[in-house]
Amino acid sequence: MRIRTLFFASFKDLVGTGRIDLDVPDGTTVAGLVSALRKRGGTWEKLPAEPAVAVNLEYSELSRALHHGDEVAVIPPVAGG
Amino acid sequence: MIFADLTRDEISPQEALARVGAPGHGAVVLFLGVVRDHNEGRGVQGLEYEAYEEMAERVLEEIAREAARRVGSDRVAVIHRVGDLAVGDVSVAVAVSTPHRGEAYEASRYVIEEIKKRLPVWKRERYADGEEGWVPGHPPGEAGAGEGGDTP
Repeated sequence: MRIRTLFFASFKDLVGTGRIDLDVPDGTTVAGLVSALRKRGGTWEKLPAEPAVAVNLEYSELSRALHHGDEVAVIPPVAGG
Repeated sequence: MIFADLTRDEISPQEALARVGAPGHGAVVLFLGVVRDHNEGRGVQGLEYEAYEEMAERVLEEIAREAARRVGSDRVAVIHRVGDLAVGDVSVAVAVSTPHRGEAYEASRYVIEEIKKRLPVWKRERYADGEEGWVPGHPPGEAGAGEGGDTP
């Protein structure tokens, strides 16, 4: 299944892109996706192992199972206001 | 009505105020967050706000609705700026009206504190010495995103 993954701010700088689309096995969780991202090597390994994430525009637990077409954002610490 | 907006345009405090108020409301509170000329001891010339815009719009509206529900008012307006801002620019405006002042202050405070905790927005500061950097920020949802540090 295909998952759209988004990066912002310091995480976008870290991995050098704001978006990648990844093919992962059915049943992959958010944690599994993060693990796959970190295994890409280089600066990807510096992504936190347990970052805040949003799935389809809502904050989500890392244990959540993903579905084809989901959009996952890896959210750095926020600084609005 | 509840009003929430993320904008690249200059924020008009008057517009926020115009979104609240009712014949039975005797209190209106307006909070403005303004870009400061220093942070953590360094001179700041300006900053850039980046947002996960689709999500930030939703979270901003959620926060406004929660604040309204807490105090039983239906008059909460919040506007957050994104893009490049200079020192003195308004980065966020929160307007609330309620029958009495206590609820208006409470709802106003709730909105800005929740923005700090969970709005998916990031701030890149341009320092007087020419360097730039992302403000460290707060892990979303974590308590302790209170006064001090980068807060307005």
